[in-house]
Amino acid sequence: MSQHNITDSSLLLSLMLVLIALLISQKEKLGMSKDIIWSVCRAIIQLVIVGYVLKSIFDLNNDWLTVLMVLFICVNAALNARKRSRNIDKGFTISFIAITTGTTLTLTILVLSGAIEFIPMQVIPISGMIAGNAMVAVGLCFSNLNQRVSDNRQKIQEMLSLGASVKMASGQFIRDSIRAAMIPTVDGAKTVGLVSLPGMMSGLIFAGIDPVKAIKYQIMVTFMLIGTASLSTIIAAYLSYRRLYNKRAQLKM
Amino acid sequence: MTTHSPLLDVQGVSFAMQGQTLLAPISLQLHPGELLLLTGPSGSGKSTLLKILASLVAPTAGQIFFESRDIVTLKPERYRQQVSYCFQTPVLFGDTVYDNLALPWQIRQQKPQREQLVASLASVHLTADMLDKKIEQLSGGEKQRVGLLRNLQFMPQVLLLDEVTSALDEENKAAINHLIDGLIRENTLAVMWISHDVQEISQAKKVLKLDMPQQGEAHEPA
Repeated sequence: MSQHNITDSSLLLSLMLVLIALLISQKEKLGMSKDIIWSVCRAIIQLVIVGYVLKSIFDLNNDWLTVLMVLFICVNAALNARKRSRNIDKGFTISFIAITTGTTLTLTILVLSGAIEFIPMQVIPISGMIAGNAMVAVGLCFSNLNQRVSDNRQKIQEMLSLGASVKMASGQFIRDSIRAAMIPTVDGAKTVGLVSLPGMMSGLIFAGIDPVKAIKYQIMVTFMLIGTASLSTIIAAYLSYRRLYNKRAQLKM
Repeated sequence: MTTHSPLLDVQGVSFAMQGQTLLAPISLQLHPGELLLLTGPSGSGKSTLLKILASLVAPTAGQIFFESRDIVTLKPERYRQQVSYCFQTPVLFGDTVYDNLALPWQIRQQKPQREQLVASLASVHLTADMLDKKIEQLSGGEKQRVGLLRNLQFMPQVLLLDEVTSALDEENKAAINHLIDGLIRENTLAVMWISHDVQEISQAKKVLKLDMPQQGEAHEPA
């Protein structure tokens, strides 16, 4: 049976890895020492808190608390995705709707199909993976849409001046942005197991589960990431493109 | 001068950005069948004025009336089909010339006949084989004419032309002048035309010269 109890002393020893980074930063005058120390401290504190919070939530095993935790994850993901919204106002609302819808639908399918059980120990980590992926996809979609529309201002204005609707004038850029936002997820699915052994599978293998069983979970993860990324991105793109124009169908930027 | 009521009635329109005046307040009227040539130094706001009239840009101050109705009350798509702006250096869409000429039809959920498009190309001295030509293979002058033809697939009531003959040789310039002239007479099209071409200016009945805006008197929106 594999050993999956990491001791405090071995953890402390692995801190040496951070020391290597610090040494390099000092020697090469990268000026990153402060940043490295700060990031490591943050990681330790955040994870310790999350560890205890999750432990108590798992112990309580309350459905409402589980739902609340999923919402908390979605709010945080939306707050992060909003940072990329730039010219798109209501960035938080749009991200929240997109990410929460994608996450909820995927969770529902996973629970109803019996792939996972509606217990905090399974729902919360899965929600984190889904919402995290949706967050990256929605953020990418926002920045792509902003960039493409601003790069193609004249093209859009020419379509508008021929009498095209805002939707028609932006159509190509909406589709391109959705595609660009989904590329990391789709590429990830193509190379899964070849380039990296993803977190879910690695975790199970660490915990001593038969790799043949572990891959089943990873296959499920692949399905859910593709599903959520596409759904969240499409919702975000179609809710946001109109925000780049004013009421008179004029480009804001 | 015609006795019609004006198609476009521009009242005190100006444009400023970040405190800088790009178009000094201007008022003008445009009647059906009228050609108004717009000239003036670069930076005097000629293109800005046309973009404002096409409702692509909102003016900082002033009002525009189309057939006596304030354009902010009109549906933007419908208005722009009637008051159509043609860029000086058009960016073409899709892959081929066909894609470009078909776009105004798609906007109106119609499909053009190839013969119609070929006839349209002929009106600006472009041959039928041009229709399937890739847009990257077009010269500047060809692009300019294809750009103009997009605006003419469905006749607007007002055509706003931004130096649309700047990349053309004398012969093709004359063809465009002749085409627009005919449209003004036959279809009572109203045209506002930015030009630096001395010949075009000398032939126009009405010329409006824009001056450089005086800085420091930016009008804030009312």
